[in-house]
Amino acid sequence: MSNLQSDLPMPIQGTLESEKARRSRSTALLEWLQGWLVTVDHKRLGILYILYSIFFLLVAGAEAIFIRIQLAIPNNHFLTAEVYNRFFTMHGTTMVFLVGMPILFGFANYVVPLQIGARDMAFPRLNALSFWLTAFGGMLLYFSFLGGGLYGAGNAPDVGWFAYAPLTARTFSPGNATDYWALALIVSGFGTLGTAVNIIATIFSMRCRGMTLMRMPLFTWLYLVVSGLTLVTITPLTAAQFMLLIDRYLGGHFFDTQAGGSALVWVHFFWIFGHPEVYVLVLPAFAIANEIIPVFSRKAIFGYPAMVAASVGIMFVSLGVWAHHMFTVGMTSVTNAFFVLSTMLVGIPTGIKIFNWIATIWGGRVRFQTPMLFCLGFLYQFLIAGLTGIMLSVAPMDWQLHNSYFVIAHFHYVLVGAIVFCIFAGLYYWYPKATGRMMSERLGKWHFWLFVIGFHITFDTMHFLGILGMPRSIYTYQPDRGWNTLNLIVSVGGFIQGIAVLIFAYNFIVSYFKGDVAGDDPWDAWTLEWTTSSPPPVYNFAEEPEVRSRRPLWDLKHPYDTDWEYEG
Amino acid sequence: MSKNEGGTSVGWGLSQVRQVGSSVNRSAIRAWMAMGALSILPGVAVAESAGSIPNMMRPEATPAHQILSLTFFVLLITGSIFVVVAGLLTVAIVRFRSRNAGTVVEPPQIYGSTQVELAWTVVPVLIVAVLFLTTARIIFAIQDAPKPKDALDVTVVGHQFWWEFRYPALGIVTANELHVPVSPVDHPQPTFLKLLSADVIHSFWVPRLAGKTDLIPNHENTMWIDPHKPGLYLGQCAQFCGAQHAMMLLRVYVDTPTEYAAWVRNQQKPAVQDPAVAAGRRVFETEACMNCHRIAGTAATGVFGPDLTHLMSRSTIASGATTNTPEHLREWIKDPAHYKDGALMPAMQLSDVQLDQVTAYLATLK
Ligand code: HEC
Ligand code: HEM
Ligand SMILES: [Cu+2]
Ligand SMILES: [Cu+2]
Repeated sequence: MSNLQSDLPMPIQGTLESEKARRSRSTALLEWLQGWLVTVDHKRLGILYILYSIFFLLVAGAEAIFIRIQLAIPNNHFLTAEVYNRFFTMHGTTMVFLVGMPILFGFANYVVPLQIGARDMAFPRLNALSFWLTAFGGMLLYFSFLGGGLYGAGNAPDVGWFAYAPLTARTFSPGNATDYWALALIVSGFGTLGTAVNIIATIFSMRCRGMTLMRMPLFTWLYLVVSGLTLVTITPLTAAQFMLLIDRYLGGHFFDTQAGGSALVWVHFFWIFGHPEVYVLVLPAFAIANEIIPVFSRKAIFGYPAMVAASVGIMFVSLGVWAHHMFTVGMTSVTNAFFVLSTMLVGIPTGIKIFNWIATIWGGRVRFQTPMLFCLGFLYQFLIAGLTGIMLSVAPMDWQLHNSYFVIAHFHYVLVGAIVFCIFAGLYYWYPKATGRMMSERLGKWHFWLFVIGFHITFDTMHFLGILGMPRSIYTYQPDRGWNTLNLIVSVGGFIQGIAVLIFAYNFIVSYFKGDVAGDDPWDAWTLEWTTSSPPPVYNFAEEPEVRSRRPLWDLKHPYDTDWEYEG
Repeated sequence: MSKNEGGTSVGWGLSQVRQVGSSVNRSAIRAWMAMGALSILPGVAVAESAGSIPNMMRPEATPAHQILSLTFFVLLITGSIFVVVAGLLTVAIVRFRSRNAGTVVEPPQIYGSTQVELAWTVVPVLIVAVLFLTTARIIFAIQDAPKPKDALDVTVVGHQFWWEFRYPALGIVTANELHVPVSPVDHPQPTFLKLLSADVIHSFWVPRLAGKTDLIPNHENTMWIDPHKPGLYLGQCAQFCGAQHAMMLLRVYVDTPTEYAAWVRNQQKPAVQDPAVAAGRRVFETEACMNCHRIAGTAATGVFGPDLTHLMSRSTIASGATTNTPEHLREWIKDPAHYKDGALMPAMQLSDVQLDQVTAYLATLK
């Protein structure tokens, strides 16, 4: 953005020295700010996405802490029912739409063009528009705390992140809180669609010389799959939100059961979005693991073609399993059986991936630096999450466990145990590329161990609460149900995770100023982003790279043992 | 729940094995023992309040029993997968850890192996086939079970935030506490529930009797239970339905045949008319209470709130928010938000005298 400098007013000649220094400092600040606000550079936008998401991670994390204080003991009066319902709704909505999605697209923005040897995304302006739409969506959601209306159902959305009809009808949710919820998701949804289109176009048209599809790093491959999936997932959600607003303000009756509408239509729409959405979140986590596990095991990924096939397979199968969230709505036995089968089938490509990761580690030389620690945590936890997923796909078990704390445990194993773990791994891994400095390993290990311990204290215990009959979304419970001690344990784990995240935030900020200088390639890695400087110049590469294999830096470092001689 | 259940609280895992031992094969028991370490946590819960836990692992009706047997089978399979895969992963990490941080020698690069990859694709396919077939069998067994002629029919209507129970054949309407006859294994007398909703989606869940089924407006669902043992079974609404979803608790009383017959006889009577509390009845009939509540045999015919004809035959009020004593009733009528902030009954601003009178009246509704 250096050409913008000339547009800014020059300091007037002949003023006092101190005045001059002050002015130029404030000019520099303005310039710096403007540089970030109007940027169309994919790296800056990527960083903006990530900072935005980390901010909301702290916000939604704080909401979680409030939730857990309320549930730590039975019949607690720390939060009222209404405030609790707002908090759990905002926690879920924020974590999915303002943390998970944007941070993963932030990684894509930063890394994909660098990995494929491009100078930017295919549509840089669309890229900026997408980010600011997403950001605006987030602001809209949180503005509901002020503008949701002090009337009726309160001032922030309180209908759950799944917002089942007809609870969202104006009869049951007066005021504007639900409107903010719907509008925020529509707006950020458009941002997400823009990014998905952009990633697809970038990957298809901007790869450097020699990078055929089957030589693309798996990270990039997975983002191609995710972006395709995003296009088909976000669309039904956006449509359903429009229908909801039409119901609420234009006299529509899509979901208005009192006028003959159907509550189940919403549930279908929501999960036709919702299930693939969980794969939109988890595939980028796989993408990160696919980079880090090989580099820190010092081995090429095992079974690259199978990994690609499994990802594409998951994409297609995940479009046909949504009704496993609806086993209790009274579908016929045949329909139930169908969705049992399709859901179990997702387990197969997922299993293949886990085996391939293990085979990648097998025979390697594992280095336990922080990014790898988080990836190893991910492997164990994702295995368990997949297995509890299989349990829930057994419809009769789901009749018991649906909407209980067991389901909460299952999907937090995925969302935290797998996705957030990979996000942290990715942050530690690419931080030196983006800032030129290393994050502290010592603090990183503290972060990891506290987080793992807290995670298991909280979420392992939740499985048992579900089996003991505790439903989700309840603001309090009776002391005679046998849930007291377990809930206290869950809350303690929550605090430990909170501390771990604060250590991370501290490390993240302080390392920027005090971290060791990283150099171009601190991890001894193999993909193109590590060939350019840290941080990379605006134009990424002085000249277009050319690749002959999936690991161009390996070839460079081992000229007598190159990959392209072996790759099929 | 009655205290006599407390005796089996040795620890959750073990007491389970004893209870379902007949329906589960030996290997399942072994898998369960392997999870013994994990049973410490639920053990804590059992020690806390033995009888009243809505624990799906202690089934007392056929659907819940069948689900539990299936659960053991699935736990066995998933447990084995976990042991094998997590074991391999651990071996890989430990065996192939880098021993010398400074080393520059890279390990041999292996890019894949078709045979190995084929093998670990086929095995999951087989596992899925087995799991699916077992699951499908239980789905059909529970969902499509034929309805015997002498089954009891009850219509359950979900309301924000309470339950209405109607017994169409018996002419009974009551709330929040469902009474059903025990259904001995040798002489089944199941209860079939027709599930409806008056407003938003709710879900009927009593884990020891059956899995949950949703109550959806404009969409009728059914489920059935055949409780084998008399007693009280706890549950609650399992689909978020608004402010007081958490206090939409559910009590199912499984009665012996004589208890049940007595209960039916009492419910079928019109409300007690006691001249001593006529003042309270007047309050009830002039202060809008009657617009929302029905008391059979009086002018009160409202249907927005629970039927109060035999209010005192229930042990809790406001869907389990508190126990049914005259003091609690008075407090509830004075300010429903005290127990249940967000409940759809307004505070009626009655004077203290009116409160005493109407409470005295309600307390006669045996
Ligand atoms: C606007 C309708 C409305 C009015 C008027 C109303 N109630 Fe209620 N009442 C309800 C609802 C709804 C409930 C169920 C609340 C819940 O459990 O969430 C209820 C519950 C009750 C219960 C507890 C019943 C049970 O078995 O749980 C009692 C007792 C009661 N009301 C008494 C009264 C009295 C006395 C008055 C008049 C002073 C009154 N109500 C006026 C709607 C009303
Ligand atoms: C083998 C893979 C998986 C299987 C078989 C599986 C199965 C299921 C099933 C059957 C449910 C419904 C439970 C219920 O609501 O009663 C469920 C819920 C859920 N799963 Fe998974 N799952 C798998 C992987 C994942 C992944 C990868 C994610 C996320 C990235 C995920 C996130 C969720 C979420 C968020 C819910 C709960 C949604 C809600 O009710 O709010 N799952 N899963
Ligand atoms: Cu799903
Ligand atoms: Cu509810």
